[in-house]
Amino acid sequence: MKQATQANSGRTMTEELKQTHAIRCRALCKAFGDVEAASGVTLDVAAGRFLALLGPSGCGKTTVLRMIAGFETPDRGEVEIGGRRVGGPDVFVPPEQRRIGMVFQEYALFPHLTVEQNTAFGLNGRAHRSERIHDVLVLVGLEGVKDRMPHELSGGQQQRVALARALAPRPEVILLDEPFSNLDAGLRDRVRQDVRRILRKAGVTAVFVTHDQEEALSLADEIAVMIDGHIMQADRPERLYRRPATHRVATFLGDANFLPGQASNDRVECEVGTLPLMEDAEGEVEIMFRPEDLLLTLDENGPGEIIERTYFGHDQMLSIRMNTGTILKSRLVGCCRGLHEGERVRVRVDTPVMAYPYAYGCPVAQA
Amino acid sequence: MPTNSPGGLTAATPPSTVSRRAQHARGATKRPSLSLRTAAGVVAALMLLPLIYLIIRTVELGPQILEILARPRTIAVFFNSLGLTVAVTASSVLIGVSLAWLTVRTDLPGRHFWGTITCLPLVLPSYVGAFALIAALGPNGMLQRLLAPLGVERLPSIYGFPGAWLALTLFTYPYVQLSVRAGLRGLDPSIEDAARSLGRTSSQVFREIVLPHLRPAIAAGALLVALYTLSDFGAVSLLRFNAFTRAIYVQYTGALDRGAAAVLALLLVVLTFLILLIEYRLRGRARYYRSGTGTSRTRTRTRLGPWRYPAAAFCALISLLALGVPVLVTGYWLLQHEAGGQQWVGSLTIMLNSVTASGLASAACVLAALPIVIHAVRHPGPISRLMERCAYIGHALPGIVVALALVFFGARYAPYLYQTLFMLILAYVILFLPLAVGSIRASLLQISPRIEEAARTLGYTPRRALYSVTLPLLRPGLFTGMALVFLTCMKELPATLILGPTGFHTLATRIWGATEEAFFARAAAPALILVLISAISIWIILEHEEKE
Repeated sequence: MKQATQANSGRTMTEELKQTHAIRCRALCKAFGDVEAASGVTLDVAAGRFLALLGPSGCGKTTVLRMIAGFETPDRGEVEIGGRRVGGPDVFVPPEQRRIGMVFQEYALFPHLTVEQNTAFGLNGRAHRSERIHDVLVLVGLEGVKDRMPHELSGGQQQRVALARALAPRPEVILLDEPFSNLDAGLRDRVRQDVRRILRKAGVTAVFVTHDQEEALSLADEIAVMIDGHIMQADRPERLYRRPATHRVATFLGDANFLPGQASNDRVECEVGTLPLMEDAEGEVEIMFRPEDLLLTLDENGPGEIIERTYFGHDQMLSIRMNTGTILKSRLVGCCRGLHEGERVRVRVDTPVMAYPYAYGCPVAQA
Repeated sequence: MPTNSPGGLTAATPPSTVSRRAQHARGATKRPSLSLRTAAGVVAALMLLPLIYLIIRTVELGPQILEILARPRTIAVFFNSLGLTVAVTASSVLIGVSLAWLTVRTDLPGRHFWGTITCLPLVLPSYVGAFALIAALGPNGMLQRLLAPLGVERLPSIYGFPGAWLALTLFTYPYVQLSVRAGLRGLDPSIEDAARSLGRTSSQVFREIVLPHLRPAIAAGALLVALYTLSDFGAVSLLRFNAFTRAIYVQYTGALDRGAAAVLALLLVVLTFLILLIEYRLRGRARYYRSGTGTSRTRTRTRLGPWRYPAAAFCALISLLALGVPVLVTGYWLLQHEAGGQQWVGSLTIMLNSVTASGLASAACVLAALPIVIHAVRHPGPISRLMERCAYIGHALPGIVVALALVFFGARYAPYLYQTLFMLILAYVILFLPLAVGSIRASLLQISPRIEEAARTLGYTPRRALYSVTLPLLRPGLFTGMALVFLTCMKELPATLILGPTGFHTLATRIWGATEEAFFARAAAPALILVLISAISIWIILEHEEKE
């Protein structure tokens, strides 16, 4: 950490970049038999940042995490942690020498050791051992249960023991493999916020793997979307949601409407009118906008009909069938203003939309 | 003592390949360390030693093999064994299925009591059973002594086929009973109800629904019995029926023709493998059939009506023969013994021998099993799978075959080891390694590799992670494995008889020797001790199964 701050205060640009990247993956490839789990994964995580590796199950995200940890050796490509090359064609640093902390999906606590002993496990022979244990246990709020065995703890507590154990040796980075999937829904939200707070406080760089886009959007500083062994896009959560780079990323990160359109500079002509574009485009394109961008007005002569309404309380989702047969989704927050199934509506989009090269035969709205 | 004790087939379930892909995908692909692979390889090679040497020894005989195979003696032995196996299997199935049905599916009075009591003969090693039969019904036995005052001088001979058949049936039918009982309990009662609702009578339901469902369970039990019978040495030798195991022993001790002993042994191995192959195939199917969940409460029971009296009498008769006789006989001969206390003192030194050999063997087994199991579970692949399969070979080899092969090997290549405790322990390890591998494997599978990886991320090398995390967590499995091997070694007969150092008597060899010489009183105390030990080992196995 100290080195990093020094670097910040006066080095050339390239050196600084190198120093501030806690993790760098270069074109990582890994195949299991005929299954390519990772094909050319390149990923940078800035020091102190919290990156989510998001993808559907089986997309290879856990494999990438395990290559960073050193539990898998990449077939090709390189891994750097804290500016040190730990994996590559000619180097392999075993996991125990990589200075990483890992939180496993099922926590992998040592069932034969107490909370305190679990936390102390990585601190053998270190100076100020008991202070460190105390500090970490206080940080995660488990000081009071340090003499319990793992099976005597709740799921959320076990999660925090795993975190304490990983943080205790002051690792360069923390890797978390689906850290919240073992918690029931009610607990999950709170534990997520706890973990985020603890990691921030510890000032550590973290990478976590998840298949839950809501989790990724709400927790991470940055999200890398991984599908079929490729990183499709890596960006801040807001940008990723507003400007997904491809059709697939758009559908993976929430509900989306797709329409064919004719683009010209910063405008696009489509079924719902002429819309502003996020980026300039020309010719035939497929446009994407989120359901919350589609505004409705009741109009007996409107071109759309509400065919389905799903009420969630804080908001509602409406399906509108246009006269052309296209089905669009609209998410409305607040009162429903007489928008019932069977009513006719006019539709409008005010916000800029994304445009993709036209690649689909007849794109329709997708959930 | 045949190798296929209940433990041999329950605790030592061969590795499945189901989770291969999953383990693979989740990164068990790290290369095993050279020392681990070497250790596993050495153990695997050691396991193959008897079989390979037996094959070499047989092949050396050249054209003489055919001559030995064509001997009328060989053919007689073959058909003796085959006949005994078929007869014992058939009668065991008959008794086992009836008992299972009576105690699970009828309103038999005291069915819980009978259900438990009829399974108990499982704890009797076959030679103890044979001892009981001979000491009760043999010449100069209990019955004859009791009848002598009435002028009865001779009883029909217990020796030969009838005795062997009776003894083995009485001590193996529980295998069928237990298997069928599980099958009956696994049957979803709603299927029977459905059949009834479609107009079938209860006996039609039994024939059309229950029996087909039970077929795999019956087959599994029957194959266990067949395997047991084929490899049994104790009962067959004491009851002087010339089956394979006895013929091999006679050939060997008589030093008549060691070549013939080798050929017979190999022939026996071939037969055993055939049965194991069938058993292995059927086992997967049996599991498929037993997919029902525990919904046994709503089941209706067949009303026996007046038939319940003969049914209860049948249970009582079987219990009396299989359990009552051994208990009575042991008690009778214990009291009969003139020298009283001295017998117990003698038994103590013998027991010490048993404990020493079994203790060393159980430690050796666990040590040998560890590299095999860790290699197989943590580094799944064709090589580790093959090595693990090798570790299970003792499962398929009758004790007498392993003993014979080691005697041949020792006499030729390692005369300094011949007739030492080392050879005996080696034989035990080869025979009972599957027990240790089975329980340690089950235990290791419970320990997530993530736990070892957690230790790695905290700065532990693979070896240190093994010692500070895996081994402490493995303790229950190590203990179970060790206890199983220990208790099974205590009961082992043929290898102990052949490989034990001169003058080295164990509980098993004492019972066998005393029975053979008709010093029944001398066998009583060791028999009692052994039955207790045997009971403990079966209890451990059942506990172990429950946990799985």
